Amino acid sequence: MNDSFLIAGTQVKSRLFLGTGKFAAYDLIPQVIRESGAQVVTVALRRVDFDTPGENMLEFLPPDVILMPNTSGARNAEEAVRIARIARQSGCGNWVKIEVIPDQKYLLPDNFETIAATKILAKEGFTVLPYMTPDLIAAKRLVDAGAAAVMPLGAPIGTNRGLKTKELVQIIISEIQLPVIVDAGIGKPSEAAEAMEIGAAAVLVNTAVATSQDPVVMAKAFGLAVISGRMAYLSGLGRPRQYAEASSPLTGFLRNDVIL
Amino acid sequence: MSFNDYLNQNDIQAVLNRELPSEPDPILMILEKQELTTADFQTFLTPRAANYLEQMARRAGDLTLRHFGRTILLYAPLYLSNYCVNHCIYCGFSANHTIARNRLTPDEVDQEAESLAKTGLKHILILTGESRHHSPVSYIKECVQVLKSYFASISIEIYPLNTEEYHELITAGVDGITIYQEVYDEAVYRELHPRGPKRDFRFRLEAPERAGSAGIRTINIGALLGLADWRREAFITGLHARYLQNRFPEIEISLSVPRIRPQYGGYQPRFPVADSDLVQIILAFRLFMPRAGITISTRESQYVRDNLIRLGITKMSAGSSTRVGGYAFNKNETGQFEISDARSIAEIRQVITASGYKPIFKDWHSLEAHLS
Repeated sequence: MNDSFLIAGTQVKSRLFLGTGKFAAYDLIPQVIRESGAQVVTVALRRVDFDTPGENMLEFLPPDVILMPNTSGARNAEEAVRIARIARQSGCGNWVKIEVIPDQKYLLPDNFETIAATKILAKEGFTVLPYMTPDLIAAKRLVDAGAAAVMPLGAPIGTNRGLKTKELVQIIISEIQLPVIVDAGIGKPSEAAEAMEIGAAAVLVNTAVATSQDPVVMAKAFGLAVISGRMAYLSGLGRPRQYAEASSPLTGFLRNDVIL
Repeated sequence: MSFNDYLNQNDIQAVLNRELPSEPDPILMILEKQELTTADFQTFLTPRAANYLEQMARRAGDLTLRHFGRTILLYAPLYLSNYCVNHCIYCGFSANHTIARNRLTPDEVDQEAESLAKTGLKHILILTGESRHHSPVSYIKECVQVLKSYFASISIEIYPLNTEEYHELITAGVDGITIYQEVYDEAVYRELHPRGPKRDFRFRLEAPERAGSAGIRTINIGALLGLADWRREAFITGLHARYLQNRFPEIEISLSVPRIRPQYGGYQPRFPVADSDLVQIILAFRLFMPRAGITISTRESQYVRDNLIRLGITKMSAGSSTRVGGYAFNKNETGQFEISDARSIAEIRQVITASGYKPIFKDWHSLEAHLS
């Protein structure tokens, strides 16, 4: 099934995005990427050790991935902008996932500062994918600020709780024209499928893969779930109903509508 | 509200001094809770909870895995100076010891840094004794300038400063502070610190919040275990950590669990802490503060350290020297204390990898350094 989509003019073939933190070894990462079919991969710039061979995670990424450095560690817009610029100067390309987290307790993002950073970086020519708390108004502001996609969270980072914000994400999907990528909180392949079924353009997964017993197999499971959820969305899911459909409809008598 | 005022509130004092119920608390039920109250945390530090270490360990291991993944951040201490005006009776650098005193010149700092950086380490903790004469803030700043070109992250473990001084060092490139209250029991504190500026309990207690107000990125606190009743000390340390996290949500808070080690002067701990007690403290910290870093130093033995990797530890020092000039200059100086795990960084790296974890050398990079 050829079902690619566009982010800022780039064809993205896989709807599973992967995070690279929390893995027990860097040499697992290429296998995980290959088995899952993922194409877009995010890397925390703070962790990239450019100086030490064998410790530079970027060396482990297959050449055909789209690298999306993220601004993990940024506490405000200014720090996010600085980290993004450092990433570009260091040869990490033009994409950036903005992560502005002023809260270490729940790791929830600051939508206001994220909008501010998006505005600056989009003007500087970055392809900006902001991580956000799902809020329709903030999503619209991000569109205005020049974001290339929006990345609302399903649940707080690392919690594996699933698509807790489903109603709010659904509203964003319905109301904005950019790709909506569910990022964070997805703990199981079935939850990734759920996000795809409601029309998310993609999902980003890290903890659930990296901390599983067998990350390579789990990555593959996520890859399949994302394809499966997407196929279900495209074929038009049956609308869930609250009541059984009566075989003798109450308004059935109107079939013989008589005009007096 | 400062931590001192927080600690002295009636409800906190009531928990601190409560008579623990003689009926066993439902420890297994508390283990299922999303967020622990201070009373729950205290329960995990009781002798009864020691019967549930395995269950606590499983939950703590799970939380650590979820929030930190299979990773351990490595760092090393670098002693700049051992001049000290304090008389801490448990410390090898105490002013009343007639040991050789030394202070690295900026050139020597450069050589130390070069030796240490060759091991691949990117996170460094610089230490001095308390002497505003021999190691003033201006001297520390000078050293930071030198160290910046070798390391991605510089933390300080020095005498407590005022807010402006912290700000000065942060602007110079320091991003973390480690400061141990040593002992939270004020009466014991006064007894163990008979002379010197360190006698000011409150100035030390509120140092982390001054650093927080000045804009530091990471704060690491702890009590020196063995100086007073560890259950109470660990409890207040946890309260301190949660207070700091609530007051400064943007700061990464870490906890250390240093057990007192043999040192020049021969002080013996009055309240020895067994390995199982240490584990109980670490697990209680993790359950109470799921996202806090927990640091273990080379004070602990190879055996203990290797086994703690799966229990909630997120940072380890490695290949450490507690002597001034301990990396580049092989002088026979007195260290602050004797380390227990003397393995090299390469060896520690191997052990962590063999345990199914990734040793992390870099987890931050000063934003100023790069763009200037």
